Amino acid sequence: MSAVATPAVAKPNSVWQALRKNRMSWIGIGLLLLIVIAAVFAPLLAPFDPFQQNIAFRLEPPSAEFWLGTDSYGRDVLSRLIYGSRVSLLVGFVAILIAMCIGSALGILAGYVGGMVDQIIMGLVDVLLSFPTLLLGIMVAAMLGASLENLIVAIAITEIAPFIRVARAPTIALKQRDFVEAGRALGFGPIRLMGVHILPNMISDVVVLGSLWMASAIRTEASLSFVGLGVPPPIATWGSMIREGFEHILDAWWLTVFPSLAILITVLALNLLGDALRDAIDPKLRSERA
Amino acid sequence: MNDLLQVRNLVKRFESGGGWLGGAKQIVRAVNDVSFSVGRGQSLGLVGESGCGKSTVARTLLRLVEPDEGSILFDGKDIRKASPSELRALRRRIQIVFQDPYASLNPRRTVRQALSEPLFVHKLGNALSIAAKVVQTIDEVGLPRSALDRYPHEFSGGQRQRIGIARALVLDPELIVADEPVSALDVSVQAQILQLLERLKRDRGLSFVFVSHDLGVVRHFCESVCVMYLGRIIEEGPTAEVLDSPRHPYSRVLRDSSPVPDPEARVRLSKIVGEIPAPTNLPPGCTFHPRCGRVQPDCKSRVPPMVELDARRMAACFYPLIDGGMNGLIAPKRIEIS
Amino acid sequence: MNFPLVSKPPVLELRDLRTEFRIGGAWHAAVREVSLQVSANETLAVVGESGSGKSVTALSVLRLLPQSAARHGGGQVLLDGVDLAALSEKQMTKLRGEAIAMIFQEPMTSLNPTMTVGDQIAEAIQQHRNVTKKEARRLALEVLEEVKIPAAAKRYDDYPHQFSGGMRQRVMIAMALACKPRVLLADEPTTALDVTIQAQILSLLSELKTAHGMGVMFITHNLGVVAQIADRVAVMYAGEVVETADVHTLFARPMHPYTEALLRAMPRVDGNSAELESIPGGVPAINALPKGCAFAPRCRLKEARCEIDRPKLARVGATHQVRCVVRVEQHGDMA
Repeated sequence: MSAVATPAVAKPNSVWQALRKNRMSWIGIGLLLLIVIAAVFAPLLAPFDPFQQNIAFRLEPPSAEFWLGTDSYGRDVLSRLIYGSRVSLLVGFVAILIAMCIGSALGILAGYVGGMVDQIIMGLVDVLLSFPTLLLGIMVAAMLGASLENLIVAIAITEIAPFIRVARAPTIALKQRDFVEAGRALGFGPIRLMGVHILPNMISDVVVLGSLWMASAIRTEASLSFVGLGVPPPIATWGSMIREGFEHILDAWWLTVFPSLAILITVLALNLLGDALRDAIDPKLRSERA
Repeated sequence: MNDLLQVRNLVKRFESGGGWLGGAKQIVRAVNDVSFSVGRGQSLGLVGESGCGKSTVARTLLRLVEPDEGSILFDGKDIRKASPSELRALRRRIQIVFQDPYASLNPRRTVRQALSEPLFVHKLGNALSIAAKVVQTIDEVGLPRSALDRYPHEFSGGQRQRIGIARALVLDPELIVADEPVSALDVSVQAQILQLLERLKRDRGLSFVFVSHDLGVVRHFCESVCVMYLGRIIEEGPTAEVLDSPRHPYSRVLRDSSPVPDPEARVRLSKIVGEIPAPTNLPPGCTFHPRCGRVQPDCKSRVPPMVELDARRMAACFYPLIDGGMNGLIAPKRIEIS
Repeated sequence: MNFPLVSKPPVLELRDLRTEFRIGGAWHAAVREVSLQVSANETLAVVGESGSGKSVTALSVLRLLPQSAARHGGGQVLLDGVDLAALSEKQMTKLRGEAIAMIFQEPMTSLNPTMTVGDQIAEAIQQHRNVTKKEARRLALEVLEEVKIPAAAKRYDDYPHQFSGGMRQRVMIAMALACKPRVLLADEPTTALDVTIQAQILSLLSELKTAHGMGVMFITHNLGVVAQIADRVAVMYAGEVVETADVHTLFARPMHPYTEALLRAMPRVDGNSAELESIPGGVPAINALPKGCAFAPRCRLKEARCEIDRPKLARVGATHQVRCVVRVEQHGDMA
């Protein structure tokens, strides 16, 4: 039997078991859970209306009333932070989901069909990857205009290429596996082979990377919002909050620090979770090879 | 002759090298002018060592690999010329069993799903009749019905091989191409699977093309055998005769090298020296001549064709062995341990 | 329970060796009270199927099992009287490759792909002997020629991937023999090779064994190979030795039902084996061993007592031992 590295083929349920044992994953899951709760229950958790302006209280430092201070319009930073989590998570999640679906499909197609199709798709990948992520995002957002939907599209585009790559490699390996050849021998068409036989056997790899890259998507969102190409005001997003707080960076530190921390914690949580997921899948690679 | 399968002058080339960094482009004839026939209910063995092309031949029979030249006549129709829909129909009649029980099943599908899928794809019945057929097939290969809802990783190698066989049977094929079906199994399990295959051969009247490197297994299972060397068939005939009195020097060496569980019959390997040549660098003339103990001058310049030596025996050698060995192994000698 | 089965003192002796693996938190024995002996200039074939514990036994001798998953559970491994199980890791490192060497099934993964074969052998020599680089090179070349690599001097500077499977196996043998070990452990060294190449390698091993006077422990699952090269045979099942005998006795008068069954299950190239007999059932997992005799659930001769008490290895001939109460009774215990 060969010792060639094969894509992770995890046993059902054992990924959860491995995750449970990993302490890092607990921290990651815990933090992520907090943020998700914040996003979902924002109306209940936020002490103030994030849109409510209160000129009398503008640029207040953190106090008993405004835990994280107020911004230049007198809006409560904490409430805006909590509502901002909705946008960040939504944008990050949906963008990655779109990128994962399109990217995986193209990657599997490239890997399975090969030849000219493969060359074209990989050419596309090369083009996309030659742009720095942020630049690509800026270009797309600038072309499409600033809105929530366009932001999601822009970020999705920046994340497609890595998914194509990550889906293509295991497809090529799986294509050679006996059970795929058996499917061909049994008269299965390429769509069935790609969708039913190849896809489920590599999806775990892709999902793991998806979770890691969601962090990247959130950072990109923050950067785009910071540059002004994100969701238009007065909707609070962490990136736009940093942008707005930038002018007062020296005298009102709380306007930039807290949103930055929020981004940091979210990205950290996703990274921890992604790493833990990858480790959980990995040992299965070895133990599956009985 | 109403043969089920007739292969004529099959050729398959592979390219290696070429391009910027690959060195000179080389063409390897993995299958080089191979012809054989399999009758209904017959088993034909394809034996040989690495690089002989037997696995490639097996795959071309199902067009998993497309041959470059030659014809493959199944029940009179040329498989190579079949249209996609004809090919699909043909795929029901020829099936394949693979070597590695750990790689031949989709780990994400239950046994039931794996067995039902071909029936659904070919639209062979409604959900009820398909379910019944699946149960019937799992019974036929000797596995309990509870196996149907389990995943491949829950089974041993031998059991997985049974599942692979079941999957090949579910479309009721007439010919099964078995590519080293028992090589990855322990001896005791191997015997179980061979017994199963034999029972299926009897009960269903199946024909087999049985690829193996193990002469003992082939002798047990196949009535006739083709010995392959570097892409060519160099001898063919009834298995017992070919193994008891081989005509081609390579067949004899192959037979003599196959270890026999009898310490009284240790064979001193006469003249097999050297390695199997790289398929990109084939010797001229008879490809076996550098390693042959009976080599003559013209062996180096001309390629010997397959010649009929007896009623059913053929060999590709200008100087075939007259009597390959007196009733079995050549004069038994022990490897002397002094 | 140790019957001396050989007239000369053994160069390698395993006494009641026990090796355990951690499965799901608990320790289970993969090798259970195994006793074996190998003398100089002798080949002991250890034959068994998957799950028999034969490879684990060899790896236990050299202590090559991963420390986190496996542990020594008892017994001794005596090399010329010295217990290897009691040595420190540092002392073991010195012995490996020098007094005892091992060759494996897959030569490609056992050789460093980024070093020339000559350098690898020379390195092995320098690890154990105090010689100059030039001298090591000379010795390496010598051993490459000894394993009959054609044009050894030229091939000294080739990399492993430039060799065929059979040649790589010769290189591995050369590396193992470089320091003239007294014992050679061979773990399925020819299983991955073509049968004509296998014949060459087996022949080579036999010659080298005689030339160096080594004791060879040859692990395999193939009874045909055993018949070709072994002087004595030990049959293993589920972590135990179930039968040992000299090779002629084992094939002429196999006594343990498992040995018999294996012989009857093997299709032969030289005869019309009309009926192959398979063994029903499967090998038990080491964490699910049956009570009593490990083979009982699959045995034709099973009696009630077989499932209660674990049988002991009993002598039934000058060189013949069997672990089966039913058979031993039939033959009379020659203790």
